[in-house]
Amino acid sequence: MTAKTLFDKIWDAHVVKQVEGGPNVLYIDRHFIHEVTSPVAFLGLKNRGLKVYRPDQTTATPDHNVPTINQHMSIKDELSRNQVDMLKKNCDENGIVYHGLGTEGHGVVHIIGPEMGLTQPGMTIVCGDSHTSTHGAFGAIAFGIGTSEVEMVLASQCIMQPKPKKMRITVNGTLDKGVTAKDIALYIISKISTSGGTGHFIEYAGSAITSLSMEGRMTLCNLSIESGARGGMIAPDETTFNYVKGRQFAPKGEDWDKAMEKWAELKSDEDAVFDTEYTFDAADIEPMITYGTNPGMGIGVSQTIPTSEGLSGTDKTTYQKSLQYMGYNEGDSMKGKPVDFVFLGSCTNGRIEDFREFAAFVKGKKKADNVTAWLVPGSKQVQNQIEAEGLVPILEEAGFELRQPGCSACLAMNDDKIPTGKYSVSTSNRNFEGRQGPGARTLLASPLTAAAAAVSGVIADPREMM
Amino acid sequence: MAYDKFSVINTSAVPLPFENVDTDQIIPARFLKAVERKGFGDNLFRDWRYENDGSPKADFPLNNAKYSGKILVGGKNFGSGSSREHAAWAIYDYGFRVVVSSFFADIFKGNALNNGLLPVVVSPEFLEKIFAQIEKDADSTFEVDLPNQKFTITATGESSDFEINPYKKHCLQNGLDDIDYLVEMKEQIAEFEA
Ligand code: SF4
Repeated sequence: MTAKTLFDKIWDAHVVKQVEGGPNVLYIDRHFIHEVTSPVAFLGLKNRGLKVYRPDQTTATPDHNVPTINQHMSIKDELSRNQVDMLKKNCDENGIVYHGLGTEGHGVVHIIGPEMGLTQPGMTIVCGDSHTSTHGAFGAIAFGIGTSEVEMVLASQCIMQPKPKKMRITVNGTLDKGVTAKDIALYIISKISTSGGTGHFIEYAGSAITSLSMEGRMTLCNLSIESGARGGMIAPDETTFNYVKGRQFAPKGEDWDKAMEKWAELKSDEDAVFDTEYTFDAADIEPMITYGTNPGMGIGVSQTIPTSEGLSGTDKTTYQKSLQYMGYNEGDSMKGKPVDFVFLGSCTNGRIEDFREFAAFVKGKKKADNVTAWLVPGSKQVQNQIEAEGLVPILEEAGFELRQPGCSACLAMNDDKIPTGKYSVSTSNRNFEGRQGPGARTLLASPLTAAAAAVSGVIADPREMM
Repeated sequence: MAYDKFSVINTSAVPLPFENVDTDQIIPARFLKAVERKGFGDNLFRDWRYENDGSPKADFPLNNAKYSGKILVGGKNFGSGSSREHAAWAIYDYGFRVVVSSFFADIFKGNALNNGLLPVVVSPEFLEKIFAQIEKDADSTFEVDLPNQKFTITATGESSDFEINPYKKHCLQNGLDDIDYLVEMKEQIAEFEA
């Protein structure tokens, strides 16, 4: 038998059919849906006179459109409210479990799945959202799909996909103090670029990866899409199993033992071959920050903005256009740059560990007066845990307030928008032009670097303040 | 989703000589609130096309009357970012049938193919030639021949072959979609589940 990668093992076990000269028909174990990318799919289904094929394998929550204050009141924006109502209606009509605003199961779709134990090793998982790659942290094949594909999964629990190529990214060594999973991800993307992973599925390996917590692994896999890859995954190990065990939808009793037997097989064979391989040293990674308008434009927080020397043609004009949008010059130092907003949250860094780190950092310090900070838990459960662990008084003492769960300022679709021209240090995943609001300028960073900016009022190196 | 069958088209093209044109630029998130697939073309490239007050930005190619046609030509890594299919809908709804680039993001490419929008990958050198031809004469036409998988610059006769998965080609030529295919496979899917 030929050696297989972890990806091959899971993919091959889910191929229902190989279409002649075409894609694979791939079976999907778990489908997450939200209000933005599903309504047209439900409409399509209705027009064809079809019902949802496997409602019990589908889970819904509204996250993109929702306000993050006063969630007990009805959503003000009519279009947003309509989309959320439509999701609920579609779920009701099709027998799909719906975790509405304010309920215990509510939150950003990629946060609630793992929390409930719906995300498990060896699964195929899709959602009409590119950051579905998050779930790969459990050793699952998880990737984002378009609305036509959402309709396919609703109709048949399958999608048609060509098998991607395989990439392994190994990071060995120990991370420095103040360096987090987010920094590993931004570092990798800065090295391989936002298209370096295109056509591939990534497996992350190495001692710096296996020593990450589940939260850290989710952050890393979440950002796989920003390198152009469909997804990223990490072989499940004790850390994974301990996280999954006992969660609401995790297998129990005998089922757990059976699952563990299967999950033990979920690793790449020693001599498995990857189409592309990269190796990095954890010691080279420092707290990262982006200075441009794509996630690949990142540097260590102590460094200066690269010059366009050596670039030509559209590369050069694209680079210059990007810096112009940000209001930065080539060669500028990032430290000391002004900051107007700080956003802690999103499916990238809206988990309990992120809030613990942020709170520990700002404890005994004060938020800078020029900074507006939005701290948005990724889910109701995260919010509950922040409260239970006593982090709220620490944050309040330092001048921070907690909001209610949702995608918030990660994308300019709800009320939390960054105003034109303002700088926001954000723990989210995209710094595209206008991503956080028309004209908004986003600097991606870890929760620690965001905390350092929040208390300094300018870009600062968290390592110098810990 | 039903779309027009695709065979051969002859048309001029609109240049967008930037790299990493991401889906947040193609259709900003605040326009994703519709629950039907209607009118997305109006907001295609919204923030590049219009000022905050709604007046058109004169220097953006879509606002430049000299450019027209059913082909959109973009720089490398076109369609990166979010999985929103609204990006493909907006481009199609605006009136484009083909997007040419030297490199596409995966999800965008799949979404385009699922909606009758043909992504054509050409070499970086050939892409430069297309941009140069449009710059020389904005009325230049191009032929996109799906059956023969050929993209031709009419004025110079230079052409480039492009690849497309045979199954997807069949779907595009016949206006078919994957859902019909999958629904017909129900029995086989049920067997797989057992
Ligand atoms: S938090 Fe941001 S990236 Fe994540 S699902 Fe919401 S909008 Fe998408």
